[in-house]
This record gives sequence, C-alpha cells and structure tokens, in this order.
Amino acid sequence: MTSSIDQPAYNYKVVRQFTVMTVVWGVVGMLVGVLIAGQLVWPALNFDVPWLSFGRLRPLHTNAVIFAFGGCALFASSLFVVQRTCQTRLISDRLAAVVFWGWQLVIVLAAISLPLGYTSGKEYAELEWPIDILIAVVWVSYAILFFGTITRRKTSHIYVANWFFGAFIVTVAVLHIINSLAVPVSLTKSYSVYAGAVDAMVQWWYGHNAVGFFLTAGFLGIMYYFVPKQAERPVYSYRLSIVHFWSLIAVYIWAGPHHLHFTALPDWAQSLGMVMSLLLLAPSWGGMINGIMTLSGAWHKLRTDPILRFLVVSLSFYGMSTFEGPMMSIKTVNSLSHYTDWTIGHVHSGALGWVAMISIGCIYHLVPIMFERERMYSIRMINIHFWMSTIGTVLYIASMWVNGIIQGLMWRAYNADSSLSYSFVQSVEASYPGYVVRFIGGAIFTAGMLLMAWNLYLTVTRTDTDDETTTEEKTPEAVSA
Amino acid sequence: MSTFWSAWIIVLTIIFLVAVSWLLFANRKTSVNAENEAKTGHVYDGIEEYDNPLPAWWLNLFLLTLIFTIGYLILYPGLGNFKGLLGWTSEGRYEQEIKAAEEKYQHIFKAYAEVNIEALAKDAKAMKIGQRLFANSCATCHGSDARGNVGYPNLTDNDWLYGGQPEQILVSITHGRSAVMPAWASVLGSEGLGGMTNYVRSLADGEVDKNSDSAKTYTNMCAACHGLDGKGNIALGAPNLTDDIWLYGGSEAEIMQSLANGRNGKMPAQETILSKEKIHILAAYVFSLSME
Repeated sequence: MTSSIDQPAYNYKVVRQFTVMTVVWGVVGMLVGVLIAGQLVWPALNFDVPWLSFGRLRPLHTNAVIFAFGGCALFASSLFVVQRTCQTRLISDRLAAVVFWGWQLVIVLAAISLPLGYTSGKEYAELEWPIDILIAVVWVSYAILFFGTITRRKTSHIYVANWFFGAFIVTVAVLHIINSLAVPVSLTKSYSVYAGAVDAMVQWWYGHNAVGFFLTAGFLGIMYYFVPKQAERPVYSYRLSIVHFWSLIAVYIWAGPHHLHFTALPDWAQSLGMVMSLLLLAPSWGGMINGIMTLSGAWHKLRTDPILRFLVVSLSFYGMSTFEGPMMSIKTVNSLSHYTDWTIGHVHSGALGWVAMISIGCIYHLVPIMFERERMYSIRMINIHFWMSTIGTVLYIASMWVNGIIQGLMWRAYNADSSLSYSFVQSVEASYPGYVVRFIGGAIFTAGMLLMAWNLYLTVTRTDTDDETTTEEKTPEAVSA
Repeated sequence: MSTFWSAWIIVLTIIFLVAVSWLLFANRKTSVNAENEAKTGHVYDGIEEYDNPLPAWWLNLFLLTLIFTIGYLILYPGLGNFKGLLGWTSEGRYEQEIKAAEEKYQHIFKAYAEVNIEALAKDAKAMKIGQRLFANSCATCHGSDARGNVGYPNLTDNDWLYGGQPEQILVSITHGRSAVMPAWASVLGSEGLGGMTNYVRSLADGEVDKNSDSAKTYTNMCAACHGLDGKGNIALGAPNLTDDIWLYGGSEAEIMQSLANGRNGKMPAQETILSKEKIHILAAYVFSLSME
C-alpha cells in the first residue's frame, strides 16, 4: 500500500472476515430469493414441507440479504474506511472479534428460527426477542468500536463517509431497540408493547428507516470512500456533502407513514409522511450527484474498469429508485401501486441495483487489499459479473413494474353494474409471465454472485492472476469483446 | 388528539422546515469561482474534496419540493389538529365516492329489487351480476364455484344448514349465521368419544346400532339439536348427520375432532357491507345454484 510512512498497522482481520462473509451470505440470501421466486412460478417447489414454504422462507430471504449480506458489507467497509481515513487502528481487536462472531451468530440463529416458524410478525424485524437482544448487544459493541476509533483519529476532520456510517450506526440502534420492545411469553414468543395503529406506525417508522439508514446512509458511506478511491478523483463537492447529509438524515425519519396510506393511520400522519417523502427526493439525489460528478475527468476509466462500472451503475439505480420512491408515496400513485408487485420491483431496484451492486464493487476493491494481491484473479470475470448483475436487475424490476401496474389496474376495474371486473385470482393468473421473467432475472443475478465467489476463491488460493493484461494496459476493444 | 400533542407536532414540523430552509439558504452559493480548482484542503487516505457550489438545478428542485410541502400542509390535514383550508378528510372522500357510485348504479339494482327471488334466479342478466357480486363478496370462503371448503358450506348441493327457501337464504346473507357445536371431550371421556364417533359415522352409513351405549348418549346429549333421527334442525343450523355431507370432514379423525373440541361456524352479516338490493340479487344467485 502506498500511504505515508507513519501509517499505523490496521486491523484488517475483521475486515477480511466480513469481506468473505459478505460474498457467502450474498450467495445464500440470493439463492433463497431465487427459490421463493421459483415457488411463485411452480408452487410445487414448496414440497409440502412447512419450513420450505414461502411464508417462512420469504423473511429468511429478506433478513439474509439485508442484514447478512448488506450487514457484512457495511461492517467490512465501515471498519476499513474508519481506520484508513482516521489513520488509526481500531480501538480494540477483541471488540472487533465480538462484533464479527456476534453478528454471525445472529445470522445463524435467524437462519434456524425463521424456517421453524418463530417470528414476531414485524416485517424486516421478524426475529424473536432473545435474538433481538443479541443484535442490540452486538450493535452497541459496533458503535463503541466505530466511534471509539473516530475519537482516536490522527486527522483533524472527520471524513464524510464516516458521517454517513455514524448516522447509520446511531439510528439503527434507536430504531431496532424501540421497534423490538416486546413482552415475552416464552423463549420463542413475544408480543409487541404497542397496539393497533400505533404498532403499525412504529413498525413502519422502523421499516422505512431501515431502508433510509441501513440501506441508504450506510451504503452512501461506502460510496463516499470507494468511488473517489476507485476513480482516483477528488469528491465533487464538500458543500453538497454537508447539505445532503444533514437534509437526508433529517428528512428520512419522517417518511415512514407512506407505508400506511389509506389505512387506520390518522389523516394528518399520512399527509405529513407523504410530503416528507417528496421532500426526500433532493437530499437523496445529492448523494448520486456527488458520486457521479466525482467521475468528471475520469469518465474514460469506465471503459476499462468494471469495478468502477459497478459503482457508477449502482449510483444510477440509486437515483432511479429514490425518484420512484417519492413518486410512489404520493397518495394518488400509491392507491394504484400499494400491495402490488410494483413495491417488490421498487425494493429490488434499490436492493439489487443500488445496495448489491455498490457492495459488489466495494468487495472487488477490498479483496486484493485484504489478501495482499495485486488485483482480483480475473478482471474478465468481474466484467461478466457486471453484465449479469445489470441484466438480472433490469429483468427483475421491469417484470415487477409490469405486474404491479397490471394488478393495480385489474383490482380497480369496474363493470357497468359496479361490481369488480376481476377476482383476485385472475390478477394472480395475469402475473404469471412476470413471475417467470422475475425468476430468470433473479437467477442471472445470483449466478453472477456465484461467479464472484469463484473469482474470490481463485484470488485467495492463487498468487498469480489469469493471463490477461492488467486493467491499465487494456484497450477498450479487449474489454468490451 | 390532545392540544399538547397537536402543538408538539406543529412545533416540531415548523422547526424542521425552518432548519432545512436555513441549511439551503446558508449554502445557496451557486456562483463559481475558479471552478474545479478550489479544494477544501482536507486529505483522507489520499482522497481530496472540491468545494464546488451546489448545482443550481438541484437547489431549485429542493426549493420546489419545500414550497410544495408548505403549500400542502396549509391546504390538507397534516399539522396536528389543523384541518387544512380545503377541509379534506379520507372519510369524507370515501363517503363522497360511495354516494356517487350509488347514484350512478342504483337504477340497475332498483329494477331487480321489484322482481321476486324465484323469478330473478331465472333472469340470465341478473344472474350474471349475481355471479360477479358472489365473486367479490362470497368466493373468498365459499369458493368461486360456490362448492365451499372445509368449514364453509357447499352452496350447490341442495343440502341446507339453515334452509334453502329464498327467504331463508336472504336472512342468512343479510344477518349472517352463528352456529355453535359444543365441545364434548370432558363429558364423553376418551372411550365415549370413540364410541360416539362410530355412532355418528354409522348414522350416515345406515347401519345404526340402536341399543348401544352411544345411542343412549346420543339421545340424551345430541338429539336436542340434531334430532332423534339425526336429520338435523335448520332452525339451529344443526347439520343433518345422515346424508354423508360433512362440513368439517367425514373421516373418523375429523368427526372425533368436531365432537371433542366443538365447532363455531360463522357466516358474517352482509347488511352493513352490501345494499339491500344487492343482497336481493345475491340471494337469487345462491338460490339458482341448486336449481339445476
């Protein structure tokens, strides 16, 4: 590495562990996703086994990709970035080990308890109370580790990536603890301390900010380090960083009620949630602008560097889904889109296009550093992976848009006698082609992750690289071939 | 909502909007001095930062959404108990739409309400409407073909728990029905339960042993509702046990389950959901199902 001479020895062990587990859980989580997408095409894939049924595997899929795959990517990158940009080692190696093994234990417990049917019934917070307590303990350890390291920094300022990681860590702790408050009745069953509409509001205050802080602020932290690093360009605007950071974290926390339009939630809360969601458009785009404009003067690198391509395309998907989100929160649009597959498409435009692709770019950047290699074993495989991810994501979200609009329109169609034109099952029938395309898109994306795992394996086990020329020497023709 | 919480929401929202406006105002500088040259001077692990101004189009977009937010919160409910200048409520909108729909469609249903149910059941056009109403309101439990499911009666087999005359069907739909089969596990004991299961099964098979203990128990405990001959009672919704049609399944295990733990059948009343005229057509449709 090329940093200054007084560079302290960093704790790379925990970063390396989380880096590898990001790929492992990414493969696992997405395979479960492909299985349940398959179940919607061929219901027989339930095999009449309760723990293979859609209702139990769906929360396993969401928990695995968000908290296992996304979580490990965030731990790996934040613990790497905080050391590098503060020029100091993590305050405690033991605490770092607690965070790593604690988080893996949470994931394994989730992978066992969810298929067995233990659930608190709260979306993205299904895990039962003993696991919730474990999460809280691990998370507080993580916070101590991260902020402790920041206080020991050797730089005068705190880098913008760490603002985002910091906001993510603090807010997720608050969200998790408040939403998971419950009265246990046994080791495996508890009931929320909230009731009725209040419970729903707390749940979606949590749910939306899991998106806002876990899946957005955290990954913007990744963006602010790895994009300028990979592009070797300065960040576009410090001023924009400040304005969009504060506005993003201030506005996001208000936007939850848009998940509960046209429900028992009082009108005032629905309206307030809707306007705050619209207000979220500009702060969200601030991050996209700052990332993409950082490339000005380095656009040509996109032709030769598939890792940079992952990062930049992820920002495009980020911009697209953060435009789509505010639009869907408008009540008029929401009355069509709510409860349809459009929501699933929107989520995956963010989850595959933004979260997964920026994580993949970040991991490809991290792996050679972690295993002291010059580069990944095969750049060509990264390039193929890039196209698989892009095509998979586009197939997934386009099919769900089509399905969502078909469903929304069918559900609201009336006959001349005022009865509904279609029964629910007819809208399911009409969704079938979309389910097939979604399955194919998801399978392509997951196959790309398997390719990544193979590339990772080769990079770790071999000291040479494939016989290709290195990225810098490559001609554009050679890459696009 | 109490005045305190209403004020809490209003004050927090206004403080928030003022703070965001201030953030934009304080950083609004969009003029460019020596573009792409001014850096902040910070270096983090080799990463530098330009001090470019905010893109003007982005700032304008932000201001636009801010103005929309303020305008919306003045016109619509959002700031605590403040109702908004337009007086809009979701309940009001719902009632408005229902009223508009009733005005638009009532002539169709008014005309059919005059026709009696037997005659209506032969009117193809009315039955088409009835079928759609059934698909919307009834098919979730009774199935889109009306053949029911475990616990939900088959409406096509001419076997009626509460009677199959038009008036009886109309009452079932309008006011709903509640059936209660008590749990007998503690009264019968495990041996009695087995005997009674066999006896109930035998009623349908037609090989009844009238002298068994179970027959006596049946007379004492079950006949009050299901009748001495087991033919049931439509006044109570007590099923006929002799016709080999089983609402909750006719296997030994299923019958034993019904005897041991009881059953609670519930047909929800539709009178608060559907208009009288629509229920009239539905009754005719259900009546028509067993006419063939």
